[in-house]
Amino acid sequence: MNAWFAHHAHSFAVAFDRLRRAPLAALISVLVIAAAITLPAGLYLLLDNLKKATADAAPRAELSVFFKLNTPEATARQIGQVLQQQPDVASVRFIGRDEALKRLEKLGLGDITAGLPGNPLPHALILRTRDSNPAALDRLAETLRKRPEVDRVNLDSGWARRLNAFMQLGERVIWLLAGLFGLALAAITGNTIRLQIYAQRDEIEVARLLGATDRFIRRPFLYFGGLQGLLGGLTAWGLLSLALFLLHGRIAELAAAYGSEFALAGLSWLDGMALAAISGLLGLIGALYAVAHTQRSLRIA
Amino acid sequence: MIELNDVTKRYPGGHEALSHVSLGIAKGEMVFVNGRSGAGKSTLLKLIAATERPTSGSVVVFGQNIGRMRRTGLPYFRRNLGLVFQDHKLLYDRSVFDNVLLPLQIQGLTGHEAGKRVRAALDKAGLTGKERARPITLSGGEQQRLCIARAIVGRPQLLLADEPTANLDETYAGEIMAMFHALNQVGVTLIISTHDQSQAQRYGGRAIHLAEGKLL
Repeated sequence: MNAWFAHHAHSFAVAFDRLRRAPLAALISVLVIAAAITLPAGLYLLLDNLKKATADAAPRAELSVFFKLNTPEATARQIGQVLQQQPDVASVRFIGRDEALKRLEKLGLGDITAGLPGNPLPHALILRTRDSNPAALDRLAETLRKRPEVDRVNLDSGWARRLNAFMQLGERVIWLLAGLFGLALAAITGNTIRLQIYAQRDEIEVARLLGATDRFIRRPFLYFGGLQGLLGGLTAWGLLSLALFLLHGRIAELAAAYGSEFALAGLSWLDGMALAAISGLLGLIGALYAVAHTQRSLRIA
Repeated sequence: MIELNDVTKRYPGGHEALSHVSLGIAKGEMVFVNGRSGAGKSTLLKLIAATERPTSGSVVVFGQNIGRMRRTGLPYFRRNLGLVFQDHKLLYDRSVFDNVLLPLQIQGLTGHEAGKRVRAALDKAGLTGKERARPITLSGGEQQRLCIARAIVGRPQLLLADEPTANLDETYAGEIMAMFHALNQVGVTLIISTHDQSQAQRYGGRAIHLAEGKLL
């Protein structure tokens, strides 16, 4: 066990020493990795903020059913009770025409109906469904529209659904970008490691002659890859935090102009650590790939 | 300790470096392998160190047949050997101390015990006080002594030295041979390849002669 720890401590020390000995090359590699990580992470953050900002407008599985003016209240209530029995309907709320008028007056819009001889508002039902799938909602709305008592069915969340679709597209794009840049990160690390292996052929040969195993030779390169990736991830986290800090004031001003208190949220500690860990893991994968492909050099002796 | 039975080593291209060599070396012996350049001295040492495999015949070291040894077993086998090279094979970007420490790191030994053993090896090699120096700043003789310190720090049972004094003047060569003699006195088996046939007589070892890959 002591030997195991000693080997790992030695490998980490060698990897760290390699970074320290070529600080400029290491800095460039770390910055390239950070740039590759920052773009998808930044887009993710932007989308996450957009999601929060539009959370209230998220599509609801809700339908408004307006009856014809001549429909009696009892009939409208009865239809509501029948709909309540349907398995795909979560809740039904009846709003009578008198209640609707009161609500309108409460909102200060009573003047609109003041000059009219009677209450122009119909009885209505507000339906919440169990399934928020757009196709299911459309099917239910269509069924309701066919009823002779029903004047109009509103599926109010059309624009919000379009926003949701846009968000989903955005998410997909971010994952594609993340995959692409992740691949780039692994390739950058892999190439750095490959060059290191060739540069250290003599050292590898000596270690081999002195009884070093494959693992002993390989491990410092893997640590190097992981360490470089981790530093790249931490730098990306720092860059994102800096960018948010610089944008924070402007965004707050813009939001205030629209009467909103919206503020950009940065990466949480957990997200930041996850970003660094994923980056480190990708660096490790790149190193594994490079080591596997230069195995012959590692077996020089 | 070492048995070579009818060993032939042929390299790709057809060159036969060793031809039907049979040889036995007992524990605690000091053997000088004499011969001109190209006689097969280095190949013989490489076969014993398991850095080459015989084309035919068997090489048995510490009871293990080198030709049949699995690749994964070779590193552990080599940890029982001390290797001294004509070209030193030192790591010039590391300190004297770190060069000697490397075999112990490979064995998973670090800390106080490792430091103690490195200092003891450097002391035996007459390099005390040069721990922090870079090998490039040492003389040829000192570099060879550093190579020996690295070879003995793991307390090997067998030490193989390939032309260890070839590039050294007489004074330095004498220092190196005196070190080998001292190591042999404490029980280390030594096989030294050399083109200087008088060394066996001077240091009291057994001499074997190779010419064109054949044992004379």
